[in-house]
Amino acid sequence: MFLATVSSGVLVLVGAVFLACAVEMVEALTIVFAVGHTRGWKSAFEGVFVALVALVALVAVFGPALVQIPLSTLRLIVGGVLLIFGMQWLRKAVLRSSGFKAKHDEDAIYEETVAELRASGQSIGRDRVAFVMAFKGVFLEGLEVVVTVLTLGTSAHRLGLAATTAGIALMLVVIIGAIVSKQLSSIPENAMKMSVGILLVSYGTFWAGEGLKVSWPGNDAFLAFLVVVYTLVTWGLVALAKFESPKKKVAAHS
Amino acid sequence: MSKKQTLPVRLLKGFGMFWWDFLVGDTPELFIAVLLIIGVITGLRGAGFNTAAVVALPVLAIFALGVSVKRAINSSKKK
Repeated sequence: MFLATVSSGVLVLVGAVFLACAVEMVEALTIVFAVGHTRGWKSAFEGVFVALVALVALVAVFGPALVQIPLSTLRLIVGGVLLIFGMQWLRKAVLRSSGFKAKHDEDAIYEETVAELRASGQSIGRDRVAFVMAFKGVFLEGLEVVVTVLTLGTSAHRLGLAATTAGIALMLVVIIGAIVSKQLSSIPENAMKMSVGILLVSYGTFWAGEGLKVSWPGNDAFLAFLVVVYTLVTWGLVALAKFESPKKKVAAHS
Repeated sequence: MSKKQTLPVRLLKGFGMFWWDFLVGDTPELFIAVLLIIGVITGLRGAGFNTAAVVALPVLAIFALGVSVKRAINSSKKK
């Protein structure tokens, strides 16, 4: 009964916002963990706090401005941005799945950040390096979350739902992160990224079409059809890319 | 003598750089493809071909994605 009243548009919105936010937060948390474990938690938390304040300020400035844009124009802009962003994610996911690009490894990112922090030497008093690193990690990843939530939420007229979903994703990642500590690599980030890519491209196609006054057959239900089509296309592209994969060639010669 | 930029200029520059990386980055072909797709669909809608627009939008996006993946594979092979 509940599921029957929830449109496919809402499900795709919640799925896209949740997964996109979770992925970005895993990346931010990896950097914060590296900073905290290496240089102490005080400066790391200060960096996180200032980044969050800056993000809230950005939302306060740009959120109301977005609502003032006419809906068809907003949907065209959002659709275009999501199409580009989603295709970038899908492209990376296909290349990673077929062996042409190294899989996103949180352990490697953690080790790299730790090495960079150790090389910069210890500071006396407030640790500026740790602060800046934690700030940049949270602010840059958070900016992508803000863009995703604002664009998807305002276009679908469900900003509250998008923001709540992002909040739940953030809390879950922080809780899971606190439990598994620095072993964030146990979160299946690559699979999540592929799903996000599919959902963003589907939403991008749908909103760009709506912005250009394309009348989709079945209205919102067409969004679910787009998700199925892009999923099949992604699998097809991964299969095709695997034929050209260096790993396959090595295996064939061995 | 080095010119030191003011905070607003640095912030504006950083914001611009974020959007450039976000939308163009290392895949300018996808940025251009989306602009072309919007142009084609605008033309089809203007001419009253809704069904063609419904089919063309996802098909062109899939084509752009395929071309971009192929481009990345070719560039990876050259390295």
